[in-house]
Amino acid sequence: MKVRVVTFPGSNCDKDVGSVLESEFGAQVDYTWYKESFSDKPDLVVLPGGFSFGDYLRCGAMAKFSNAMESVVKYANQGGKVLGVCNGFQILTEAGLLPGALLHNRTLKYICKDVDLVPVSENRIAKEIKGTLSIPIAHGEGAYFADADTLERLEKNGQVVFRYKENPNGSLHDIAGICNEAGNVLGMMPHPERAVNPYTGKMDGKQILEALLKK
Amino acid sequence: MFVAKINVTLKESVLDPQGQTVLRTLHDQGKSSISDLRVGKYIEMKIDAKSFAEAETLAKEICESVLVNQVIETYRLVVEKV
Repeated sequence: MKVRVVTFPGSNCDKDVGSVLESEFGAQVDYTWYKESFSDKPDLVVLPGGFSFGDYLRCGAMAKFSNAMESVVKYANQGGKVLGVCNGFQILTEAGLLPGALLHNRTLKYICKDVDLVPVSENRIAKEIKGTLSIPIAHGEGAYFADADTLERLEKNGQVVFRYKENPNGSLHDIAGICNEAGNVLGMMPHPERAVNPYTGKMDGKQILEALLKK
Repeated sequence: MFVAKINVTLKESVLDPQGQTVLRTLHDQGKSSISDLRVGKYIEMKIDAKSFAEAETLAKEICESVLVNQVIETYRLVVEKV
């Protein structure tokens, strides 16, 4: 399995997600610097967490103008699988690959803790996942927002992948992760890669990556 | 030379927790006549353009592609000759 992890200036979870994909899934991981383009078809492209371009202007606002993101948009439009975690989710919404936007947490505080995630059974990725998952979040701008029509469309199409059991940040409809209509682009604020190694004491993230990577 | 002055705020339909917190403080001080408050950001761009229309078109294009996320934000643009 081949995976590309895109690294932006300020990304800081690129090695976290790359290393668990190598150790737990035997993936061959290429780290793609944001200035590089690519035209191959890896099994997965990951936009990692972090603070691309210092979160200046808006989170993810500048990352979308990079060569790597142009390649990611082309790859996604051809059905390639994309996972955006945290800042990666913010970039996916800014780039228009996913609808909506991420606002400041309702409390205006940066929140770093484990949360319970409920997989939405109507969603094609989440239906593979059993039970409630405990996954860490670490973000200041994670409150999912979309207008009423978009939310209705997401719910109707089964594009909501995960909801928070107890909403930590003010996300509308308790949304923690969504996918695009075709189901090949997944964006989520919680960090599954931080719960895939027994040394972290948590393994629930593995199910998420397995569900996403399933053909 | 022209200068574009841009005010970006969250749309009215989007909750602005920062604005609400500042508003609450003003109300706690007894300034009950303040009925609403929105916190936003101000951006200034100098533009080397041949005409006002050219500067304004460019500024609008930059606002809508980069400076403003129209899913959550709205903006006010004023272009002046300097």
